[in-house]
Amino acid sequence: MSAREEVLAAVRSALHPAASSPAPVASPPPVPSVPGPDQAPGEEVVALFAGRVADYRAEVTRCGAAELAEVVSSIVADAHGVVVPPGLDLELPGATLDDDLTAAQLDGIEAVVTRASIGIAVTGTVVLDHGRGQGRRSVTLLPDLHVCIVDERQVVSDVGDALARLDPRRPQTWVSGPSATSDIELSRVEGVHGPRRLHVVLVGD
Amino acid sequence: MPPFPTAARAALGDAQLRRNLAHATGTIRAKRAAVIDELEDWEGLRQRAARTKDETLAHLDEHLLTLEASLTARGATVHWARDAADACRVVADVARAHGIRDVVKVKSMATQEIQLNETLAEQGISAWETDLAELIVQLGDDLPSHILVPAIHRNRTEIRDIFRDRMGAVGRAAPDGLTDDPAVLAGAARLHLREKFLSTRMAVSGANFAVADTGTLVVVESEGNGRMCLTLPEVLVSVVGIEKVVPTWSDLESFLTLLPRSSTGERMNPYTSTWSGVAPGDGPQEVHVVLLDNGRTKALADDFARQALRCIRCSACLNVCPVYERVGGHTYGSVYPGPIGAILNPLLKGVGQDPATDALPYASTLCGACGDVCPVAIDIPGILVHLRGKVVDAHRGDGLPKAEAVAMKAAAWGLGSAARLGLGERLLGAAAGLWRGSRAGTTRPVITRLPWPGSHWTRARDLPVPPRESFRAWWRRTGRDGGAS
Repeated sequence: MSAREEVLAAVRSALHPAASSPAPVASPPPVPSVPGPDQAPGEEVVALFAGRVADYRAEVTRCGAAELAEVVSSIVADAHGVVVPPGLDLELPGATLDDDLTAAQLDGIEAVVTRASIGIAVTGTVVLDHGRGQGRRSVTLLPDLHVCIVDERQVVSDVGDALARLDPRRPQTWVSGPSATSDIELSRVEGVHGPRRLHVVLVGD
Repeated sequence: MPPFPTAARAALGDAQLRRNLAHATGTIRAKRAAVIDELEDWEGLRQRAARTKDETLAHLDEHLLTLEASLTARGATVHWARDAADACRVVADVARAHGIRDVVKVKSMATQEIQLNETLAEQGISAWETDLAELIVQLGDDLPSHILVPAIHRNRTEIRDIFRDRMGAVGRAAPDGLTDDPAVLAGAARLHLREKFLSTRMAVSGANFAVADTGTLVVVESEGNGRMCLTLPEVLVSVVGIEKVVPTWSDLESFLTLLPRSSTGERMNPYTSTWSGVAPGDGPQEVHVVLLDNGRTKALADDFARQALRCIRCSACLNVCPVYERVGGHTYGSVYPGPIGAILNPLLKGVGQDPATDALPYASTLCGACGDVCPVAIDIPGILVHLRGKVVDAHRGDGLPKAEAVAMKAAAWGLGSAARLGLGERLLGAAAGLWRGSRAGTTRPVITRLPWPGSHWTRARDLPVPPRESFRAWWRRTGRDGGAS
C-alpha cells in the first residue's frame, strides 16, 4: 500500500473503527468569491489603524492625495537607492523600477516604496497581495526600509473583514510593524532579517 | 534523555535557568493578558476555534483529499508520509534531484519532530536554521527548550560566546569585537544568514495552517527569515502535520486572532505569509507539500484525547505552567515540552514502551492553568489524567507489582484495624526523627529522603514530618475533658 493509502486508511479507522473504509471523496476545490470593497471606513477606523500601526514602532504619516509624492520623496530622500514595483503610479525621481532584479541586486538597495492591498485597523496590519504596485514578495523583503502607501478606503476593521476581501489563491504578506525578534532574553530588537523600518503613508482625499 | 523526574531534579538545581525562565514566562504572561483584555469575546472566539478544529478532525480524510486536490491544481506536488522516515526521504529526494547540498529552514516543530536536520546530515545535506533562536540552538549543539523562544534558557553572554566561537566554521564569521548587546547579536545573525538566504536554492518549512478548499498554506513569524526562505529559493518543501488543515479561508479568522495574542502577546505577529501552490514569476517555482502522519492518527483514534490535535503550538500553556517555569523545556526530553508536550508525546508515540514517555503525564501538578489558558480550549489536565490511566493499564501485565500497588495494599492492611494503626503511628512518630531534614527557604521540618521503598516517593517530593505523638495517643494521655480545658 502506498503511504497515501496507508495514512488515509489510518485516519478512517481512527474515525470509524467499526465501519469499513468509505469511498474516497475528492471534492473539487470550490472557487471562493472575493467581494469588492465595501463602503469607505469611518475616521474612527482609520485613526485606530494609524494608532495601531504606530504601536508596532512603525512610522505613520497621514497626508492627502495631492501631497503624496512629496511626502514619499522626503521619506526616502536619504536612502541609498530606492526600488519601486511596476504600477506604483507615483513619480519618484531617481527610483529604480523592479524589472526582475536579482536578489543580490535588491539586497544592495536601501529602500522600497509600494502600495498595499488592505490595512487592518484592530491589528495595525498592512496586507500585500503582490498585485500591481505592490511588487514581488522579495522586493519588500530585502531593502531595509519599506515605505507602504495605504489608501484610507483600503482600511478594514478586523481580520475577518480582511479575509473576506482577500483572494486566498494569491500569495500574501501580512506586515505588522518592522521585522522583530525577542529571542535574546526577550528584549525586542528590530530587524534581524526583514526591513528594519516600516513607514506607512496613509492617504486620504 | 533521562525520564522527567531525573532531568527535573538536575534542572531545579540550576538557579540561572530558573531566573531566566521566571523572567521570560512572567513577561509573556503579562503581555498576553493585556491584549486578550482588548477583545470583547475571547471565550466565544476560543470555542469557535475549538469547534472548527473538532469538526475538521471528525472528517479529516475528506479535508485532506480536498487539500491535496487544491494544492495539486495550484501547481504543488503533494506527498504523504506515514512516519518520520517517509517525510525525511521525500525532502532528501527533492534535494538530490536538484543536486542541492544546503537547505535553509523556517522554524518548524514538525521538522524537529521528524529529526530532519540529523537525517539530512547523514546523507551529506546541510540544513541551516534561520530563526535567530534556532540558529543559537543549532550553533550551540543544543536542543530547543521552548516552542516559541527555543533559546529561552540562554542568556546574552552565552549567545555572544556561541556566535564568536561557532559562526566562522559554517559561514560568515561574527564581526570582531562582538558585544553581548541583543541588537549587536541580532546584527551578526543578520549578516551571517543573509549570505545563506542569497545563495541557497532550496528551503524547507512547516505550516501553521493549511486551507483545504483553496490549497493555501500559512506561516506566521516575526523576523522575516520565514519570508526569506519562502520566497528566495527556487525549490520549497513544506512538511505539514495532517492536523494543520482547516476547511476554508474564512476559518482563519479565529486562528489568526488567537495565535499571536496567545503566543507572543501581540495583536498580530510581524509577518504572516500565505501561498497557494506556485505563483508564476514570484517565489519558488517548484513547490512540494508533505502531509505527515507520524502518530497523529494514533492520537485521532483516542476519542477523548483527540482534542489535543487542535493544538496550534502557541505555547501559552508552557508560559503559565508552574512545573515548566521551574524546570524548563529540556526536562521533557522532546520537541514538544510543557503541558502540551506531556500529552502530545504519549499520544503520538503511544504509552507502555518507553519509560521517558510514560513519565510525562505525571509531570504536572494538575493545577489546571494550562487548560484555562489554551486558546483552542484543549482540556489538558483532563487528558493528563486520562493518559495516567493508560500508562497504568499498559503496565498491568508487568511481572513485579508496582510500588504504588504494594504501598496501597500495605496501607489497606495498616488502616484496617485500630490496633495496627496505633502501632503504625507510634513507629512513624519515633522513626520521623531519623530522617528529619529541612529545605532551604522554609522553616517547616520535612523529610527529604526515606529509605527504600519510600525513596521512590521522596525522590520527587518532600514529606511533612509526622508528630512525635499521634492524636489518639494525645487523647489518651490528656483525657476527653482535659483536652478541652
